[in-house]
Amino acid sequence: MTEHRDYRQDLASIRLAMERSVKFLSLSGLSGVLAGLYALAGAALAWRTIYFPHPPYGYRQHYINDHQVLVKLIIVAAIVLLLSLATGYYMSQRKAKKLGVSIWNKTSRDFLGNLFIPLISGGLFIIIIIYRGYFALIAPACLIFYGLALINASLYSVREIRYLGFSEIFLGILAALWPGYGLILWSVGFGLLHIIYGLRMYYRYDREKSI
Amino acid sequence: MKNPFEQLDRILEHRVRLQIMSVLVANETYDFNSLKEVLQVTDGNLAANLKTLEKEKYIIVMKSFINRKPNTRYKVTEKGRSAFKKHLTALEELIRMQR
Repeated sequence: MTEHRDYRQDLASIRLAMERSVKFLSLSGLSGVLAGLYALAGAALAWRTIYFPHPPYGYRQHYINDHQVLVKLIIVAAIVLLLSLATGYYMSQRKAKKLGVSIWNKTSRDFLGNLFIPLISGGLFIIIIIYRGYFALIAPACLIFYGLALINASLYSVREIRYLGFSEIFLGILAALWPGYGLILWSVGFGLLHIIYGLRMYYRYDREKSI
Repeated sequence: MKNPFEQLDRILEHRVRLQIMSVLVANETYDFNSLKEVLQVTDGNLAANLKTLEKEKYIIVMKSFINRKPNTRYKVTEKGRSAFKKHLTALEELIRMQR
């Protein structure tokens, strides 16, 4: 019987070594939840700027023509992005320390490298469409490029990242079909989905092991 | 039918060596420090087992310099890959028999 357990442990150790050597597992679930909350706060601010006093779920007919409104929205979006990245870095570093690995290793390099190629392409594309005034495409472009970035990087992390990526692309296509619902779909994609998947990752990987 | 006990690879019946091979079949190459981090073993232990695998020609060593610091990378050979596969099949067979 002891031999039986030994072979099983051999197989388990193979699996562990493969997974730990390929996947960036220090990614923190809670940082996803926080990023979602920042996005919702940012979306609420955007709603106040664009729609107030109308409710956010109405289909919007008019464009953002006011230059000041546009600048304000871009600043809000940039703050949400920076806060999310900083939180993600800080919390993943803490988790890496608990796991006894460094934050900057082969797996995190592979993960970030694959994440940032579509992300930076999307960022440049969005800057150009803002400059050209195609505001209706901003929300769908954000969602679709972010989704592609996640799917591209998901090979190097937990599988939830892949599902999150598909969901973001789906929302992005909806946002392209109904540009008037851009803000509400953006809030679902960057707010709600981050909270849901973040909690799922937290309960699945961070809490139970409590390393 | 062949006896699965005889199919086990004696070199890979060692836990650390088995794990080194697992990392190297899952990745194109892996460097010494990253291996140490993944497997959480001491320098000496890792170096000794890498030496054994190298001597058996299961892996090849590639030494280079990155920013003037020595960087040692390891890569699995075809011989190592098929030995690993054979060992894995034997492990599965043994578990199935004992179920």
